[in-house]
Amino acid sequence: MSNIGVLIEMDGQEIKASNYGVLTAACSGGNAVALVFTENGEAIKNDLERFGAGKIVTMSATNPVQKAKLMAAVVKEFNLRALLGLSSARGRDLLARCACILDAPLALDAIQIDLADGMVVKSHFSGKTTAIIQLSGDTLHVGLRPNVIEAVEKPVSAELIPFTAETGDSDGLKILEVKKGGTGTIDLTEAEIIITGGRPMDSAENFKILHACAKVLPGAVGASRAAVDAGFAPHSMQVGQTGKTVSPKLYIGCGLSGSVQHFAGMKTSRVIVGINTDKDAPIFGKCDYGIVGDLFEVVPALTEVLNKNR
Amino acid sequence: MGLLIKSKKNIHEKVKGMKIIVCVKHVPDTAANIKVVGDNGFDESVKFVMNPYDEYAVEEAVRTVQQNGGEVVAVSVGKQNAVNTVRSALAVGADRGILVKTDAQFLDSATTALALKAVIEQDGMPDLIFTGKQSVDSEGMQTHYRLAAKMGLPVATDVVAFSMTNGNVVVECEMGGGDREVIEMSRPCVIAATKGLNEPRYPKLPDILKAKKKPLVEMNLDDLGLGTLPESAAVTSLTQVKERGAATMMTGTVKEMVEDLVNRLENDAKVL
Ligand SMILES: Cc1cc2nc3c(=O)[nH]c(=O)nc-3n(C[C@H](O)[C@H](O)[C@H](O)COP(=O)(O)OP(=O)(O)OC[C@H]3O[C@@H](n4cnc5c(N)ncnc54)[C@H](O)[C@@H]3O)c2cc1C
Repeated sequence: MSNIGVLIEMDGQEIKASNYGVLTAACSGGNAVALVFTENGEAIKNDLERFGAGKIVTMSATNPVQKAKLMAAVVKEFNLRALLGLSSARGRDLLARCACILDAPLALDAIQIDLADGMVVKSHFSGKTTAIIQLSGDTLHVGLRPNVIEAVEKPVSAELIPFTAETGDSDGLKILEVKKGGTGTIDLTEAEIIITGGRPMDSAENFKILHACAKVLPGAVGASRAAVDAGFAPHSMQVGQTGKTVSPKLYIGCGLSGSVQHFAGMKTSRVIVGINTDKDAPIFGKCDYGIVGDLFEVVPALTEVLNKNR
Repeated sequence: MGLLIKSKKNIHEKVKGMKIIVCVKHVPDTAANIKVVGDNGFDESVKFVMNPYDEYAVEEAVRTVQQNGGEVVAVSVGKQNAVNTVRSALAVGADRGILVKTDAQFLDSATTALALKAVIEQDGMPDLIFTGKQSVDSEGMQTHYRLAAKMGLPVATDVVAFSMTNGNVVVECEMGGGDREVIEMSRPCVIAATKGLNEPRYPKLPDILKAKKKPLVEMNLDDLGLGTLPESAAVTSLTQVKERGAATMMTGTVKEMVEDLVNRLENDAKVL
């Protein structure tokens, strides 16, 4: 069986939960080799073993250029047939840099993968169509949209392999600092449940009713472009064509008309709920459950019911 | 690279300034209905526009040249009609345009990058290259990386802030969760723009007319010695995504509707 690499993404000292689905995808096509940038491989060994990583290659670097060079060296050293990862901001960046070093094929934001045939399915035309992409070349690099593949446990015992290689300099690119967003909330693209506010939110202040609901769900809060452009929410919260692409289990849209461009970013959600005062709003023609009502009444009521149930 | 440092000698001369390349793609309007034709084609009679992310790239390039002097060259690789997107870039302030013509709407990113590299080098090395962070049709998210790698230049993506400091550039990149990474790169480099970088201007009628007189060169992929290249990622089939049908509507008072919804989410859909 061939070796399939998985770039594991950390959130501080912990592994992001969405990595496990990627490990499951890797196990479907061969032996999973986890690639992790960490100083402390022991700390994450158990978690990775639980989802089938037979080898855990730990590396150390902070600059993305040097990280990619290390990853490319691992691809060669362990003769990886494919390198998978999350199609998050970080994952996309590192997979692309590594694919370019190796001149390897790359597909990002994939929603299905067939390693045996080297094919992926991904969105085209902002989610209006899906495309089957045939990858050809030595090491297939694939970034998977978070949460699209259900993680399945597959306990193994793993070998921890610290890895170093000559990476040279960082080729004219330097990270000066990371500015924290300050929200400290769950990353939208990682969240399993998202509640989103549209234009009628009417102020940044009013978003607190969504945050209150998100807390009990528990989930993250998103915004439509209309709400972002009006200054009610930062662009980092925008879902859609020119914002984040998300694929949660549950997406609750509050005061969204249901625009094509908004749906481009969330139509692969498993279940979509629309809350809108207008019974003829387009969103009700393309979601799973609908409530005709004022979001300022419905959302607090929802929070209350959820609170009671918990 | 001392292009920003004006020597005493040329103070009274026209500032030579910077040369900036901006890469633009001609894509179906995001509001257009896409109809799949055959296995992997689509009905191309829909309205096409400049890729929305490229608008931020063009705007930043134009602003940078307005501040520092120089010229903006808009480059596109695409079908003949992509000339309209090059003209759109000229209408909002680019000075010259180059179109590399191909027969396919979906070109392998690596091929596109090779074509861009070839025209850019033929035209003369720029100080900066701006692109969008992804195209909204093929959503490949990698042409800027391929271009940078083939040219041996640093690259940053999802750029929401851009500035120049003594010969280098500093950009802020969106990292998810509201975090931003501040990155310094040497010049020349490739900067892939996203929403938030600026507010692209709308072209005014006189600018659109003026754009028609700006120089625009067309060439074929073959002219660059890039005939048929192997594809590393080929679109073998396209499938229309079915919209969900009409929603199941809750009825009753607000309280009843919400209780019914939570019940269904918990027990039918099992997502709570
Ligand atoms: C190139 C391009 C890219 C774009 N990218 C994005 C993107 O990334 N994300 C995005 O979201 N949009 C994007 N858009 C914009 C998109 O076309 C829509 O304009 C936008 O999504 C509308 O936002 P909205 O649904 O919040 O507002 P509206 O369309 O104004 O809808 C508001 C809805 O709220 C309902 N309503 C009013 N009051 C209440 C109330 N009290 N309670 C409940 N419901 C109420 C109304 O009936 C209405 O249906 C893009 C557009 C273009 C052209």
